[in-house]
Amino acid sequence: MLEKALKGSKKYYGWIAALLAVIGVGFACYLWQFQFGLGITGMSRDVSWGFYIAQFTFLVGVAASAVMVVLPYYLHNYKAFGRITILGEFLAVASVTMCILFIFVDLGQPTRVFNVLLHPTPNSVLFWDMIVLNGYLFLNIIIGWNVLEAERNNVAPPSWLKPLIYLSIPWAVSIHTVTAFLYCGLPGRGFWLTAILAPRFLSSAFAAGPAFLILLCMLVRKLTKFDPGREQIQSLAKVVAYAICINVFFFLCEVFVVFYSRIPEHMDHLVYLFAGLHGHNALVPWMWASMILMVVSIILLVNPATRKNETTLVAACITVFIGTWIDKGLGMISGGFVPNPLHHVTEYVPTIPELAISIGVWAIGFLVLTALFKIAVSIKEEVSGVS
Amino acid sequence: MEESSRRTFLKLAGFSALGLGAKPVLDAFASSGGEQSKPMVMKGADALKAKRWALVIDTRKFESEKDLEPMIEVCHKIHNVPKLANKRHEIKWIWTEEFKHIFSTQTHAFLNDRVKHLPFLTLCNHCEKPACVRACPTKATFKREDGIVLMDFHRCIGCRFCMAACPYGSRSFNFRDPRPFIKETNLKFPTRMKGVVEKCNFCAERLAVGKVPACVEVSKGALAFGDLEDSKSKVRELLSSNFTIRRKPALGAGPSVFYIV
Repeated sequence: MLEKALKGSKKYYGWIAALLAVIGVGFACYLWQFQFGLGITGMSRDVSWGFYIAQFTFLVGVAASAVMVVLPYYLHNYKAFGRITILGEFLAVASVTMCILFIFVDLGQPTRVFNVLLHPTPNSVLFWDMIVLNGYLFLNIIIGWNVLEAERNNVAPPSWLKPLIYLSIPWAVSIHTVTAFLYCGLPGRGFWLTAILAPRFLSSAFAAGPAFLILLCMLVRKLTKFDPGREQIQSLAKVVAYAICINVFFFLCEVFVVFYSRIPEHMDHLVYLFAGLHGHNALVPWMWASMILMVVSIILLVNPATRKNETTLVAACITVFIGTWIDKGLGMISGGFVPNPLHHVTEYVPTIPELAISIGVWAIGFLVLTALFKIAVSIKEEVSGVS
Repeated sequence: MEESSRRTFLKLAGFSALGLGAKPVLDAFASSGGEQSKPMVMKGADALKAKRWALVIDTRKFESEKDLEPMIEVCHKIHNVPKLANKRHEIKWIWTEEFKHIFSTQTHAFLNDRVKHLPFLTLCNHCEKPACVRACPTKATFKREDGIVLMDFHRCIGCRFCMAACPYGSRSFNFRDPRPFIKETNLKFPTRMKGVVEKCNFCAERLAVGKVPACVEVSKGALAFGDLEDSKSKVRELLSSNFTIRRKPALGAGPSVFYIV
């Protein structure tokens, strides 16, 4: 089936070339970082994780969201999603690929990465994160590939696949839960030290991921002869609507606990993010933008008229994606480090090479996504005889 | 000699870090090699030993930054701690903080002037239940059986999970090659490479040859170092005769550094 990714229109090749160019720039910057050290980034002694780990956190969510198409189809026999499960699974593959790369580029000594396997340490959450992320990657590759091949040959998927599919459902929940546990089990970081962190991560994941999938479905419909279907898109839109409401609700739960209890170690981080602390306020406009975007998206998604209208639905999905990205990909990580455990305020701003490396990793993700979607859509076209 | 002592040291360290998981290994050693193979005998004859090392800092004996400088200087000098101009990349093993920062959860607006403006020595607490050790995915940071929390600079992958985990901000990361920024290299202690984490080691290398930590040695009696489990030790004597505090006691990490205020 791989050959399908190699045959395409001029536009297709142009897009691939553009991605490769972006990857090239990112790779060059990575070589610079490899040579100099992480000092070329904006990270510091006080804010020791930055953009890379934030992107990783956000993308784990996008990856986990594949379960939102797999679960209704396989557990509730919701037939309509059978058409697009492969798109959800391949989106997960691309997202987990990016997650793993973002962790890798964040390492100070990347050549020693296999120490994690040589000296397995079950008391470290990072050890479990490695297991669940790699497991999820393989599950989705195996499931996606075999289901697609069966569809191409017009036969039922092999029976040994069913247990793996069922396993992939709780596994999707696990990847984001374990990722939240990286943060929420740390004693000195009040911003993350909350049991609602994993649920918050999951709710924003189930909003951002399906929202992105809707946009991809519409793009596929526009660019190819395969139509993922209006019903499918509308059902996904309801998932996004519920998830983004729950996400904002969970956030408000956190806000209540923090501000009603008024415990400084928990409160100061939120104050820093939304009002600024001791004159430091780089993230304030971003955080409010995130809140406004999420509220706007709720209005657009809960209202049936704007949800059913595909133009406003696109707008809603973009606002969900950007809103949750700012929340997790920007505020969630550096917010936990400011102020630091000694109550000093050191702000974090990513540098240009750091952003170039990040965009390079995103481009690798899009390259994987493009190739996998090309394969999936080509097979779908072939099967339905429209190609 | 240097290389083999490093290995011995790491072996010792590895055993203690493995904790429960290492039991079968120890048993295997015991049955095949007997007494000789037990890790304890690998310690030097002059080595200072304790069940749990602790440091008591008598802050009443300090008045200003100047009184603390010799301790910071000697530590950073013998441990090849680089001096980086960029604050973001700063490496420090021991430094000073105001009360409101070092005891951020115990401060209030009406502290007396002495305490308010007094610089407090800040360093790794060598916790009883270190969060950094719990977080490390490679056991590059580990707790030794004498309570000292150490770093294996050669195993660390630079993920900085330990830095996020440490509730005291005691850890530094080498954001760039530190070697050009070491004024005078002490060849008896390893320099670090870029991309690894480091912190105070309670002078484990000095204890191994029978010397107390360097900061204690130059403190003119303001710092006391000893075994917390030994009721006759100097630190226990100070703890029983003075009121002492530790940083962020509510977290339950159990710091081994005590402050007489």
